[in-house]
Amino acid sequence: MDDSTDSNAPKGLGASLARRVVLGVQDVEDMELPTDPVPLNMGPSHPAMHGTVRMVLDVEGEKISNVDIQIGYLHRCFEKESEYATYTQIFPYTDRLNYVSPMLNNVGYAIAVEKLLEIDQKIPERAQYIRVIVGEMSRVTDHMTCLGAGAMELGGFTVFLYLLKAREWLYELLEEISGARLTHSFVRIGGVSGDLPDGFAGKLRDVINRSRGVIEECGKLLNKNRIFRDRMDGIGIITKEDAITWGITGPVGRSTGLDYDVRKDHPYLVYDRFDFDVPVGSVGDNFDRYMCRVEEMQQSMRIIEQALDQIPSGRILVDDPRVRLPAKSETYNSIEAMIAHFKVIMDGIHVPPGEIYSYTEAGNGELGFYIVSDGTGRPWKCRVRPPCFANVSVLMKVLPGLFIADIVPTFGMINMIGGECDR
Amino acid sequence: MAQIILDRLAAEFPRGEIEQIGSQHGNEWARVRRDAWLQVCTFLRDDPTLQMQMPIDLTAVDRLGREPRFDVVLHLYSVTKKHRVRLYAGVPEEDCMLDSAVGIWPGLNWFEREAYDLYGVRFRGHPDLRRILMYPEFVGHPLRKDYPKEKRQPLVRRSGIPGSPE
Amino acid sequence: MGLEIYNSTVQAAVNWARKFSLFQYPFVTACCGMEFMSSAAPKYDLARFGAEFPRFSPRQADLLVIVGTITERQAPALRRIYDQMCEPKWVIAFGVCASSGGFYQNYSTVPGADQIIPVDVYIPGCPPRPEQVLDALILLQERIQRGEGHSQVVLKAEAGHDVPIASIRPRNRIGQGGPMDAGGVAGPADSGRVSGGAGPRGAGT
Repeated sequence: MDDSTDSNAPKGLGASLARRVVLGVQDVEDMELPTDPVPLNMGPSHPAMHGTVRMVLDVEGEKISNVDIQIGYLHRCFEKESEYATYTQIFPYTDRLNYVSPMLNNVGYAIAVEKLLEIDQKIPERAQYIRVIVGEMSRVTDHMTCLGAGAMELGGFTVFLYLLKAREWLYELLEEISGARLTHSFVRIGGVSGDLPDGFAGKLRDVINRSRGVIEECGKLLNKNRIFRDRMDGIGIITKEDAITWGITGPVGRSTGLDYDVRKDHPYLVYDRFDFDVPVGSVGDNFDRYMCRVEEMQQSMRIIEQALDQIPSGRILVDDPRVRLPAKSETYNSIEAMIAHFKVIMDGIHVPPGEIYSYTEAGNGELGFYIVSDGTGRPWKCRVRPPCFANVSVLMKVLPGLFIADIVPTFGMINMIGGECDR
Repeated sequence: MAQIILDRLAAEFPRGEIEQIGSQHGNEWARVRRDAWLQVCTFLRDDPTLQMQMPIDLTAVDRLGREPRFDVVLHLYSVTKKHRVRLYAGVPEEDCMLDSAVGIWPGLNWFEREAYDLYGVRFRGHPDLRRILMYPEFVGHPLRKDYPKEKRQPLVRRSGIPGSPE
Repeated sequence: MGLEIYNSTVQAAVNWARKFSLFQYPFVTACCGMEFMSSAAPKYDLARFGAEFPRFSPRQADLLVIVGTITERQAPALRRIYDQMCEPKWVIAFGVCASSGGFYQNYSTVPGADQIIPVDVYIPGCPPRPEQVLDALILLQERIQRGEGHSQVVLKAEAGHDVPIASIRPRNRIGQGGPMDAGGVAGPADSGRVSGGAGPRGAGT
């Protein structure tokens, strides 16, 4: 600050306060408060950051003038590890990409490898229905976590606890199917690894009804809440043109008015047999993203109920000896089956040379797998196209101009998952 | 199903800018000569029959043992026409440069930074080409096939641990 | 003689108070964060053990819970946060990535948070069930009651005092001791001499 300002400040401040008392509050806004841009560091360990990310902000007062979003604090080398692992060994790595909806990543990866093997039309129907059911359950847990954490960061701790209570019911059911609450590794190339247990459909319908009640309760707490709406309405607006040129998909993209959902536009598995809607927003602000996710949860539950009605009986794994492990009774009793078992596990599934880009609708948008195969049991390259990588990158255009406090709901509704963004 | 893209590309660029086209497992792809990269990309975005407005993914593949060593791979999508295409550009190791498509699709900003960070492919004209997933002190490009998987470059010194340089 | 009994009673009372009022700093990075949220959620309530409210500033916390994978990029931040905490402080390594690197063995993952800071209790699991988390908390509370913990010992080692190796090694570990246990080759004795700070230490390219 220069000397003239310094010597003026005490006198000026006192005088302006006196003016304010005499003439009213409007005067305060006319005062020119000297500010310097200040670099402010948020992260990499910050309670309001969903993942681990560092934002270096240039702020003037409370307004952000520039932001540098530094990701990479959870770079766990998915691509490098998958070059050293067989195709089946990559499933646990895919679980840990978008770790709030692990089944969706598993399903996306399995579909990509099956397309390379050219068995994607031969997957048994029961396996496809099971994949849809567990995928949609994972999508519901994804949105529950996002909305719960987002509400908690704005002060609505009750909503967080209610949604986590509902998420526990879903985790228990996922544990019944796959054996693990969070990182399931349930899907296999050619189908799924286990069948639905007895009585599962009844329990799942019950959980869905109770979850609907919980979501409605949280809606009553938030949708018309003055504080919530003030902090979310009109903040963090992404235009539809920006969404298209920045590659934004998923609930964030649909909230801007871009009507693109891979399940509807390029149906895969058995999604074309279900009757469901795709919520599309109009403004592209935080509240639109919030409402898109709430509505998507309702639609996912509709899909699950229809899938439980339509699911046929049958095999859960394709009957192709290149891909599936032989039955245990054969493995223990015949040498050919034992050798086949050994080859599939040690060498991996031999995928013919080629390249594929296969895409599905994950919790955050279009999750793509670009796999380059060289003919052996290990991929030459297995790339993930992470949906939230593009979603977070647009923030460097959206955040400047907002206040520091606006970062919290904006970042929360973008739903950056560190495992997916940094891989 | 996206054959129209390949036909239009072949018609618009008859002088060898499109080196090869093909279709595999339902994906249409075209190999573009490195110096015609921006031309082809601009055409794909602006042509009214193609309208590839959305960039999906940009990455690189290390084809060790083949010349040119790297392939930059770009996936594009059209939200109005609902078709996709994949573009390849061969980039040699000595002159590891390609024109940046950030001017055409701003969303490729971080994707190109990641390709630079992990493979070492530089992008001419990128506004902010620096590392994104690895830290600035890291030396080397880890996803290249000749970078060993377990070679760590620790920022916090620790001694006597398996896998650390000391 | 009376003074010793008085001191030990007061110390026991102080330790009792410390163990039932842990202020945790959840250093959440990855998937284990979901199970951390679940163990703080109503079903597997963490609050009934006194470790209720997360203090999101290291200056106000005494329990650092390292939840999830630590990468090389994150390591200086972790070291700095540990140094910013006041004595007495304890550390829980939540999940197998924080304990030993998990199944990630690559150029970016630190193979265990105990390479950077001393750890008191390890929780294996990928991710661990919330019941394991509660078990770990109870184990840590028993250690606190006995007055054990790394932080006091590390300070002594850094100040040059002679500290026997056995007391630095954590005694209570859920699950088996790993390869670090056999023969004490690269034991956490070195963790007392970890120097923080950035700087490339790559042994050539």
